[in-house]
This record gives sequence, structure tokens and C-alpha cells, in this order.
Amino acid sequence: MNDVTRQFRDFFVSLKLTVVLLALSLILVFAATLDQVNLGIWGVQEKYFQTFFVLARFGDFPAPVFPGGYFIGGLLLLNLIAAHLYRLKLEWRKAGIQLTHAGIIILLVGELLTGLWQEDFQMAIKEGESKDYSESFRLYELVLVDTTDPKFDEIVAIPDTKLAQSAVVQHPKLPFRVVTTAYFPNAALARRDPAAPASPAVPIASQGIGPGVAVTPLPITYKMNETNVPAAVVELIGAEGSLGTWLVSPDLAAPQTLTHGGRTWRIALRIARAYKPFALELLKVTHEIYVGTDLPKNFSSRIKLTTPDGRDDREVLIYMNNPLRYGGYTFYQYQMDSARGLTVLQVVRNPSWLLPYIACIMMTIGLILQFSLSLRAFIAKRRATPSPVAA
Amino acid sequence: MKKYSALLFLLLGLALVAKSFLPERPKTDFDLAAFGRLPVVVNGRVKPLDTVARTSLVVFQSSQRVSAPDGTPLAPNEWLLDVLFRGSRADAYQHFEINHPDLLAIFGLTPEDGRNKRRFSFRQLEPKIAELQRQSALAGPVDAALRTPFQKAVVQLYSNVGLYFRLKGSLVAPDHKDFLAELMTFQSSVTAGVTAVRAKQANQPHDEALAARMMEAGARFSRMDELAYLLGVPPADGEANTTGWKKAGESLLESFQTGQIAPAVMVYAGLARTWNAGQAKEFNELVGLYHSQLEKKFPSSLTKCAAEARFNSAEPFYTASILYVLAFLIAVISWLFWPAELGRAAFWLVGLAWVLATAGILARMWLEGRPPVTNLYSSALFVGWSAVGFCLALEYFYRNAIGSVAAGLVGFSTLLIAHHLSLGGDTLEMMRAVLDSNFWLATHVVTVTAGYGATFLAGFLALIYIVRGLFTASLDKATADALSRMIYGIVCFGTLFSLVGTILGGIWADQSWGRFWGWDPKENGALMIVIWNALILHARWGGIAKQRGIAALAVFGNIVTAWSWFGVNMLGVGLHSYGFMDSAFWWLIGFAASQLFFIALACLPLSAWRSFRPAT
Repeated sequence: MNDVTRQFRDFFVSLKLTVVLLALSLILVFAATLDQVNLGIWGVQEKYFQTFFVLARFGDFPAPVFPGGYFIGGLLLLNLIAAHLYRLKLEWRKAGIQLTHAGIIILLVGELLTGLWQEDFQMAIKEGESKDYSESFRLYELVLVDTTDPKFDEIVAIPDTKLAQSAVVQHPKLPFRVVTTAYFPNAALARRDPAAPASPAVPIASQGIGPGVAVTPLPITYKMNETNVPAAVVELIGAEGSLGTWLVSPDLAAPQTLTHGGRTWRIALRIARAYKPFALELLKVTHEIYVGTDLPKNFSSRIKLTTPDGRDDREVLIYMNNPLRYGGYTFYQYQMDSARGLTVLQVVRNPSWLLPYIACIMMTIGLILQFSLSLRAFIAKRRATPSPVAA
Repeated sequence: MKKYSALLFLLLGLALVAKSFLPERPKTDFDLAAFGRLPVVVNGRVKPLDTVARTSLVVFQSSQRVSAPDGTPLAPNEWLLDVLFRGSRADAYQHFEINHPDLLAIFGLTPEDGRNKRRFSFRQLEPKIAELQRQSALAGPVDAALRTPFQKAVVQLYSNVGLYFRLKGSLVAPDHKDFLAELMTFQSSVTAGVTAVRAKQANQPHDEALAARMMEAGARFSRMDELAYLLGVPPADGEANTTGWKKAGESLLESFQTGQIAPAVMVYAGLARTWNAGQAKEFNELVGLYHSQLEKKFPSSLTKCAAEARFNSAEPFYTASILYVLAFLIAVISWLFWPAELGRAAFWLVGLAWVLATAGILARMWLEGRPPVTNLYSSALFVGWSAVGFCLALEYFYRNAIGSVAAGLVGFSTLLIAHHLSLGGDTLEMMRAVLDSNFWLATHVVTVTAGYGATFLAGFLALIYIVRGLFTASLDKATADALSRMIYGIVCFGTLFSLVGTILGGIWADQSWGRFWGWDPKENGALMIVIWNALILHARWGGIAKQRGIAALAVFGNIVTAWSWFGVNMLGVGLHSYGFMDSAFWWLIGFAASQLFFIALACLPLSAWRSFRPAT
């Protein structure tokens, strides 16, 4: 082994690297916690953790100022694995430490997989209503619903990320292309004064409700209690040329339709949906408070769970700290408006949800093993030497 | 003397404990203690009036000690009786604390006008109450975190005056002359009265005077219903009905339909009359009668209320904090004189204080039916309890009084913190829905809090290392090695508890919110403790830091833990911000600065350390 590879190896297996990385992660977590006041919980995750470098803006130029979560976490993982492979000795004395660190590896990998795989949706249901889809917290989709056949709707959904990229979308089910002319991640809509001059940044849609609406782009908000409401102007281009432009936004309640080649579509930008192979009907919401106060004691939703094939048809009770796990999804009691008979469930799919549990067990056993071995050695040593008081 | 010093100090401590548990000698013929044991519901919990008296006093004036205008000390229950039943006298009691000079200026008062230069009576505030209300309306819309100290003081005082009014209207009509007589007249005429009112409404012949009296009574009772702070009327069907407790006003309004006044309302009206008339015998009989009535349907509530009232008057955590100070002093002195005897005395006193704190925590758990840590206050108790537990183990093995010194220090400071946290009111709070899980409170919260305790203890041991090594020549090599091993051992426990606790917290979050980790501020705080402890361990294993370095790192652990415990709550964001507090911000900054100062001291070269300086 030559000097360079040895140095390389020594760098990756060294405890100094571990200590430095731990110190860096402490600073990163601290800074991210403070910044939550400005950015909110989602913004912080993007800026500090789900990134290789934390970027700061100097004028218009983003410059890396600190290693991000992926960088530190990745190096820690490398360091951990390298050090253990390098110093690997199978003996009882080391088993506790090895088990603990194996647990940490699983935990880190689990978090990475969660970041990649986890789907987080919500489901707002009114009493008596039944729903077979959940809705995203933050994502939107452009839908073109073919309503020609009264028996069923055929839906083409385009995620808002495609609109944001101004991508041209050509779908086999659509006899036209969808081109994004303008996209605003957050915007306010108002009635437009026809006499007022149009802002050059915001094209005015030619079809549907578009000509009568003024769009004011807003900065993206990261606040916990505010949501971004996007708006977009899309152009539909058929074989014979443009069919016109439409303004779409979740804030436009009235449906906009278009007819082309003898078929009718509804066009809308709505909160992204995820359809489920089963339906939940809300039977009853209960909001308990402590007597004489407005302190919430419990929120619970009585739900009827049904599948189209009729195999499942039963009642379940979802309440705080007691979610429903079904079909790979977990439904949690999230929010409630008992006066309006409305419940909001959080719907999560995370295929790697078991990993933290396994990691926890491994680390607990590992640490207890390690410390009890140390403690035994320590007590044995104390017994061997007389205590200063007794002397 | 020397030989028996440990025993002597233990006996002294035991005497202190015994005295705190003895019932207070009554100064009046009224059975105040029995009155204090009567159950009412406030903030969703059945509690004795004794607790209402003490927590209201603490909220009003940060202290349970109060006296009449002539300087006679009043027992909390005596004070409550006057507030509830004899408003004219209570209005003169100086129990509203005002510290902000601008707020005093509003009332045209100076500190000299107040008891202890900061407490004022309602009568002193009364002329400018409208102005207080106006100021409060101005400050109200401002976000609580952004209020100026003056605005905070205004809002606090306005809410305290409001609470005072609500107490006065809780059980009797606030401006009553003789509420019992009023009720008896009402009772005898209510059936006829309701008929008269109905007839009046239907424009039929009726007794005009009777109908008017009924309308007036209705208005008085609804005013009581709006005002009342206490739910004093227990449900007729017994204690299984936890939501059936009512305000006196609400219950009286119902009597228009039933024609019957609830016994509890009559009892309190009777207590008001006998208290005002100074009829101690009748008062005591009435309290006794009501107790025996309740005994039939509320046996376990009564047992708990009696125990809670006794717990309140014994103040076990106060006694424990005195014992911790005593143990600390004796342990420090033992480094200079009589190490074996005084060391043992300190060890025993720490043990006694710890047993007392354990009993106190167990009593709270039983009263609340919850695991030990449910809010910030109980976390302070538990951090101290677990740290002192570790100290006892250390002292048992090492017998060098270091464990006792650390125990005295940590035990006292956590109880001091707890005392300041208790000034917000009743510390036995009901759990919000999202936290209502005894399993997770018992596992995650307890483990994480024990992790705080261990990490703090390692930091305090490191402080002892630095101070003794730098300023005294007493830290010989054997003691330094022992102390360093103690720090290491406690850091190991800190790692174990904070890591396991944090991960259990993640699992709770997965169970209730659908994600294992959400980068919530409190989660980040716990993670920082884990990271810091892991860093100390790896620095030691890698030989990167030696004794002094580890000590300095462990002191920094104090800052990390204090941040995680209190700092993140001050951000006011996130799912864990239930422990919100703002006044302690400067204390936290000061604490962090002091710890940085000690770290700087630890970095002084060896030649500056009196214990390690090479002999010349």
C-alpha cells in the first residue's frame, strides 16, 4: 500500500474525522433550528438537510457556506462503515459498540429512504361523505378531465413541477399538446379592471374566465400557517394550431371547459390527488374537551372502510396516538372542525417505516451491553482496590 | 462530636422533614384545613380549594405568603375565604404584584404604597381599572412574543384582576349581603315565580313584584355563571361523571326548572354567612356535613384532595432544597476537615433529600395518574431527581464527597428552576390530546429527561474539576483521575438515555404524526445532546481530548442541554412549543456565558492550575 492510499484510508477510518463531523452536524442542526423562525419547517429541511451544501446568497450568486445534511451524513456513514470494517474484530467485548453503530447505520439509511420514498398526504372528509383519494399538502396538478362519456371521466393529470419547468406535455390520451406560458408558484387572484393596462409579466389568458382575472404573483411563503396558491397560464395546441390559452388556479372554483374534435374537457389546477383502492366514509367526529376549559382532551373519527370488491367493509376508530394502518398506508388524526363535522386525516406511505424500530432495538441493546460490561469491569476494579475512606 | 457528626446531621435533617409534615397549628377556631380539602374543578381537574388558594396567590404575587392590611399573616385558605365570601375585606388585601414602574404610574402609585414595595390591593387599583382595561385592549392584539415588558405587565395584571373577579363570583353573588337568605327566599318562591314570569310573558294577570324579583335573580345567577372560575357543584350521580361539574351560577339557573337548589350551592352560601358572621362552630359543622355527604359519592376524589392539601402544606421540594444546600456546604467543608465523617454526613443528607424528592414525585404521579414528567415544571423536578440519583451511585463507589457536592449543586438548582416554573399556576395540568399517552410519557419523556439530568451532571462534575484544579491545590492525581472517570461514566449514561430517549420520541412521532423525524426544534435539541455526548466519547476514545479537554467539553454539554430544555421553547415554533416561556431568555444567555467562561478557564495552561503546577 503506497503512502497516498494509506493516508486516504487513515483519513476515512479516523476518529478525528468522526469528532469533526459530529461538531459540524451540531452546528448545522443548531443553525437549522434557529432558521425555522424565518423559513418554517419545510424550508429548513430543503436548505440545510436535503442538500450537500448550505447555500447563502451574495447578491444574486448562491455560494456554499457550510456542508449540508447529505454531505455530513454521507461522510459520517462512510466513516462509520470504513472504521468498522478496518477495525473489525469479532469478540464479545466489542459486540455492544458494533451493534450500536450498526443501529446508527440503519437509522441513517432509514432516514435517507424515508426522504426518498415517503408520501405525505391528507384527507379531509365531511360527516356522511366518502372519499377514495387523498390530497397533497403542497403539490398541485393540472388536470384535463374528459367528460364526454357521462358514465365515466377520463383524467390526465400533469404535476405542477412539469408546469414550473415550462415543459411541453404531449399525452397519448390528449389530441393536443399542453404548453405552459406562465407559472407562478404563489399568486393572488382578483377581478380585473378591463381598462387597466396588463402587466407584461403576466399574460392574459384568452379563453374561459381568464380575461376577467388579474393575477398578482406573490413570493413563496414558508410560514406554517400559510399556503402557496399557484396559478398558471397554459396554451393548448392541436394539430391545426393553438386552441387558445387558459388561466388555471385552485382558487378558481367555477369549472372551465373546452370542446375540441367533438369531445369536452374540464381543465383545472387542483391539489394533487392520490387515488386509493378503497374508500373511507366519515361516520362521526368527536371532539372532547376537559370540563370547564377549552383544552382538547381527544379528537376521534369513526370511519367506515370499504373496498370496491366488498372484501373489506368495517368500522374503525381513528384517534390521537391511534392511527389506522391499512394497505401500506397509515391514517392519522390530523385536524378537526367538529362544528362543521369535518375531519382531516394525515395519510402516510413509508415503506421503510420499520427501520427506525429495528435500529432503536439494536442501539438500546448495544449500549446497554457495552455499559454493563464497562460497569462490571469498573466495579471489579473498585473491589480490588480498597476505598480511601476504609483505609 | 466528630464521630457522631454524620448521625447528628441526619437527625437534624429528619427533624426538618418531620416538622414539614406536621399539621400547621390553627390560629383560628375555623377549621381551615377541612375547608381547604373541599373538591372543586378548575382547568379540567378535581382539586382541593387549598390548591386553588395557593396557586391563585402565586399567580397574583409570586408567593403564597400574604397578610392582612394590619400585618397579620393570613393562611392561604383564610385569604381564599375572604376573596370568595367577604369581598369587602379582600379588596383591601395587597396581593396584586406590580413591578413595572410605568404600570404603577398609571394608577398614580409609588412602590412605597405597596406591601414589600410591590404588592397592591384592589382598592388601590380600583379608581383606574378602566384605564387598565383600555391599556390591556391596546396590548391584547400584539403577538404575545412581541409585547414590550410594559405590555406584558399590563396583560398579566389585567388577567389577574379578572381572575380575582371570577373568584369572587364563583360560589356566591359577588355583591351579596347574605346569599343564604337570598337563596332561601328564592327557593320558597321559585315555583310561583316561574309561573308569574310565564304569565307575564303571555300577557296574563300575574304578581308583578314576584316576576320582577325572579327576573332579577335570573340576571344575578347568569352573571355568576359568566364570571365563575370554579366549578364548585359536583354532579349528582357521583365521580364517574367527570364532565358533570357545574358552576354555582349555572346550577342556580337550572333551579328555575327543577325548583330545587343544589346542596353544594346551599353549603357554600351557608359557609359565606357563617364566615362573615364569625360563627366558627356552625362553619365547621357545615364543612363536616358537606364532607360526609361527598364521602358517599366522591370517595376517591376526597382522598386525593385531602392528600393534595397535605402535600401542599408540607412543601417537600422546599425542604429538599434546604437539605441539598446543607449537604453541599457540608460536602465542600469535608474536603478541608474531617473528610470521612463530614463526607458521610453529606452523603446521608443527599440521600434524605433524594428520598423526600422521590416521595414528592410519587405523590404527584398518584394525584395526576400520570408518569413523572408531564410539563416543564415536572421535567425540572425529574432532571434533578435523576442527576442526584446518579450522584448517590457515584458517592457510594467513590466516597470522596464529589458526588455529594454535585448532588447539592444540581439538586438545589433544578428545584430553584422548578420553583420559578411553578409561578405560572397549578403545576398539575391536564394533558392536551396529542400528549395524552401514558405509555410514551413513561418511556420517551422519562428517558430523555434522565438524559438531560446525566448530561447536566457531567457538566457540573467538570465544573468541580476545573474549579478545584485551577484554584485549589486539593485536586491530587488520584482525585483528578477519579473525577475524570466519573465524568466519563456519566457521559456514557447521558449518551445511553438521550439516544434511546430521542429515538423513542421518534417512534412516538411515527405513531402519532406519521413521521419518525421532522426536524422539529425540540427534536433537534434532543439530537444535539446525543451528538454532543457522542462527540465527547469519541474524542476520549481517539485520545483527542485528555482530562482537561473532556472537562471543557462536558461543560459545553451544559449549554447544549440548557438550549434543548428551555432555548427551543423560546423560539415559539414547532409541535413541542407547549412549554412556552419567555422571561427566562436572559437567564439562559447568562448561564451560557458563565459556562463559556469556565471553558475558557479550563483552557488556561497547566502552569496556571494550582493543583497541577509543578512543585518549585
